[in-house]
Amino acid sequence: MAVAEKQYTTISGVPIEPLYGPDHLRDFDPHRDLGRPGEFPYTRGIHESMYRGRLWTMRQFSGFSTPEETNRRYHYLLEQGQTGLSVAFDLPTLMGYDAGDPLAEGEVGKCGASVSSLEDMEILFCGIPLADVTVSMTINSPAAVLWAMYLAVAEQQGADWNTISGTIQNDILKEYIAQKEYIFPPRPSMRLVTDTIEFAARRTPRFNPISISGYHIREAGSTAVQELAFTLRDGIEYVEWALARGLAVDEFAPRLSFFFNAHNDFFEEIAKYRAARNLWAHVMRERFRARDERSWKLRFHSQTAGCSLTWQQPYNNVVRTAIQALAAVLGGTQSLHTNSLDEAYALPSEQAVTIALRTQQIVAYESGVANTPDPLGGSYFLERLTCDMEQAARDYFRRIDELGGMIAAIEKGFPQSEIANASYRYQRAVEAKEKVVVGVNAFQSEDQPIELLQIGQAAQEHQENKLKALRARRDNSRVRQTLDALRRAAEGTDNTMPFILDAVRAYATLGEICGALRDVFGSYQETAHI
Amino acid sequence: MNPPIRVLVAKPGLDGHDRGAKVIARALRDAGMEVIYTGLRQTPEMIVNAALQEDVQFIGLSILSGAHNAIIPRVMDLLRQNDMLDVKVIVGGIVPDADVETLKRQGVAAVFQPGASLDTIVDFIRKSV
Repeated sequence: MAVAEKQYTTISGVPIEPLYGPDHLRDFDPHRDLGRPGEFPYTRGIHESMYRGRLWTMRQFSGFSTPEETNRRYHYLLEQGQTGLSVAFDLPTLMGYDAGDPLAEGEVGKCGASVSSLEDMEILFCGIPLADVTVSMTINSPAAVLWAMYLAVAEQQGADWNTISGTIQNDILKEYIAQKEYIFPPRPSMRLVTDTIEFAARRTPRFNPISISGYHIREAGSTAVQELAFTLRDGIEYVEWALARGLAVDEFAPRLSFFFNAHNDFFEEIAKYRAARNLWAHVMRERFRARDERSWKLRFHSQTAGCSLTWQQPYNNVVRTAIQALAAVLGGTQSLHTNSLDEAYALPSEQAVTIALRTQQIVAYESGVANTPDPLGGSYFLERLTCDMEQAARDYFRRIDELGGMIAAIEKGFPQSEIANASYRYQRAVEAKEKVVVGVNAFQSEDQPIELLQIGQAAQEHQENKLKALRARRDNSRVRQTLDALRRAAEGTDNTMPFILDAVRAYATLGEICGALRDVFGSYQETAHI
Repeated sequence: MNPPIRVLVAKPGLDGHDRGAKVIARALRDAGMEVIYTGLRQTPEMIVNAALQEDVQFIGLSILSGAHNAIIPRVMDLLRQNDMLDVKVIVGGIVPDADVETLKRQGVAAVFQPGASLDTIVDFIRKSV
C-alpha cells in the first residue's frame, strides 16, 4: 500500500536517502579522489596534521559605538584568551560616510564601530601591537581607505609592513549579490579591489587583501550549494582581474582567503567546506595553471549563522551556535567566530560574547574533535554529499560562465534571483512547518527577558565633535592636494593605493576620500526585483 | 469584488539587508495584494512620495539596523504634513519591546518582530483595510 512518505531533506532542500553505504560511492576512489590531509586536492584539510599542529584562530567579530569603546572591548577579548581581532564597522563607515553626514543620522555606532578618520583608527588600536596581533576587518566598498588607515597606524607603531598579517574582507561582488553595501558601480569597484590585491602582493606579502565571502550570500537566504558556488565563482572573477592587471597567478593567489557560513545542517555544512577545498584546488591548478601549492589551498574563516538565531527563547542560540561551530571545525576551518545568544536582538553584551568564546574553547579543548584531521572522512553519507555538492557547484560555474562571468550575471540579476527564490522557499517551508525552528514554529514558550547592550545617541555626538576638532586642526590645504591627486589617479590607470595612503596620512576623512572617488566613479543603484 | 490592497514595501536607512523585505513583498503579492517595492536606501521623503504617487493603503518599513527611532518619526511627520494619515504604517525588523510602544504612540499600526509568521502579517493587513 502506498503511504505518503515524509520527505527528508537538508535545510537547503537536498533530498536525503534512507541509508548510505558502499553503493553510494561506487565511482569514488579514496586514493584518487580524496587523498590525504595536506595533499592535493585538500578535501581532508590544507595541513597534514590540522589542529594537532595549531588550533584554529578564535576570532570574535566585534565593534560598537565609538572607537574608544571598541578598543576597550578588544583589550577585554584579548585578556580572555581570544587569539585574533576582527573589526565590525557601523553602517555609515561601511557606506563611506563620515559620522557627521546627514545620511548617517541615527546609525552612528549602532551596528559596529564608527571610524571616520585616521585619528579614529589610531584610537581603535591604541595599546594593541599590530606587529603581533592579526586583525581582520569587515569592510568592502571603502576597504582600500580603511586598510590604508590601518597601514598608517602600523607605520606609526613601527610595525613592518613586510611581516604584519591580517585580512580585509574587500569582497565587493557579494555586496552586489547579497549584502548590498556598495558605493560605486561594479567595474570601478573591481578596479579598486585589484589595486589592493596588487599593492598587497608588492608591499604587504603576509596580508590577505581579500576574504571571498559566502557568509552574506547564505545569510541572504541562499542554499548551501549557492553559497559555495557563487563564492568560488566570485573568486574566479577576482583571479581573472588580477591576471588582466599583469600579475602572475602565484604572485597573489596564495593570499586569497575565503569566508563561509556555519549553518544548522551539520553534515551539509561539513560537506560544503570539504567540497570548497577540492573545487578551488582544481580551479587553481587546471583553470589558472597555478604552480605554487599555496595557490591551490583554500584557507577559510567561518562564522556561525546569524540568520539561524532566534529572538524567541534566546538561550537556545547557545546550543545552535555550538553545533554550528562543531561543523566548522570538523570541516577544517582556519578561524572561527561564534555568535552570541543575544544577537537576534542587538550587538552582543560582554557576558554573551564570553559564552560564545567559551563555546569555541570547549570544542577545542574538551570535545576531542581536534585530535585528528577530518575525523568524518570516509563516511558514506559525508563523502556522497561532498561529491554531489561539488557537482552542483560546477553546474552553477558553467551557467555563470555562459552568462559572461560573474559581473554580467550580477547585472542580469541571476545570483540575486536564485537567492531570493531559495529564501522564499525556505520561509514557506517554515510557515508550513515542514522545517521546524525550535521555539518559533514549534515548542513555543514564554520568553525570558535578557540584558542587552544599549548604544545611545552619545556616540554620534562624540564622533561628530571629534571630526569638527580634527577639521580645525589639520592642514586643510594638504588635504585638498591629496584628494585632487587621488581624483586624477582614479581617472587614470595608476594604482590608487599610494594616493589613498597619502590622503589618509593627511587626515582626510573617510567621507572626503569616498566622495572624491564618487566624483570619478559615480555611485551604484540596483534595480530592485521581488 | 474589492480592488486589491495596495502596499508599499520600503527599506529606509543605510541597511542593505533586504531578505526580509523581499520575502514579505512576495508573500503579500502571493496573497493577492499589489506590492510596490522601493529598493534600498530610501529617505523618508522618498518613501512618502512613493506612497502618495502609488496611492497605497499601507507602508511596510523593514529596518534591521537599530535606526528605527531616528527614521520612523520622520516618516510619520511627513505623512501628517501631506494629510496622509489614512495610510497605515507597519514596521518589521529588529525592534526591542521598549521601542514598540513608542512607535505605536507615534502612529505606527503594528510592529512585527523576528519570527512573526507571514500569515500573521497578511491577516493583519487584510483586517485593517
